[in-house]
Amino acid sequence: MPAEPEFVEPLLRLSTDQHRAIVAHCYDGLPDEACGLLAGPVQTDGEPTGVVTAVYPCTNADRSARTYTVDSRDLIKAMRDAESRHEELVGVWHSHTHSDPYPSDTDVRQAMEPHWMYVLVSLQHAEPVLRCYRIRDGAVRECEVAVSDS
Amino acid sequence: MSVEVRLPTLLRPQAGGAATLSADGSTVGEVFQALIAEHPELAGNLIDEGGQLHKFVNVYRNDDDIRYLDQLDTKVADGDVISILPAVAGG
Repeated sequence: MPAEPEFVEPLLRLSTDQHRAIVAHCYDGLPDEACGLLAGPVQTDGEPTGVVTAVYPCTNADRSARTYTVDSRDLIKAMRDAESRHEELVGVWHSHTHSDPYPSDTDVRQAMEPHWMYVLVSLQHAEPVLRCYRIRDGAVRECEVAVSDS
Repeated sequence: MSVEVRLPTLLRPQAGGAATLSADGSTVGEVFQALIAEHPELAGNLIDEGGQLHKFVNVYRNDDDIRYLDQLDTKVADGDVISILPAVAGG
């Protein structure tokens, strides 16, 4: 058995356009939660580098202000697109319409991908707040987010 | 009918570490029964207590979600690929 990778926190790097697309999709989804997927390169141990090469706005199949489920057809389409570029899905974002940008108990319980970056966008105040986390075995660690034009 | 089944990372430990398995059956449900006979630990992850597809997995026949086909009664043919992905969900 290979050793379990460390629970490290990559730096999530988003371009200004990617950041804008994610936040805009969250506002477009109101009053429901909105969700989408992130693709990017991964290292040999499966850990994402933190670089994001594609953002995929998805349908919230729950159509709910309290929960989200990425539409299954959007999920496979995004996965195949990432694979066609020899990359992988590396994370998911969703909005919290009236609460903090922190993973809820449901988010922690249903986080199935230990390598993924889980991005939360809170719309509870006038300014949207975007944060990123790793969730593994019920433990939550925040990762830094860098947004730049480069 | 022999089909290839691709397992997500999460379910591989329940299948002896395999990423892909092959199994026989004429429907997705029959293929799953064959898989479960071989790897009983997979049962609770694929099928719920009511005998339906578990809500936390997505199952695709050649990239078409079987929930939009005939669920577990979806027919499979030789050479089809069944992909299983965990649902991406939260609150």
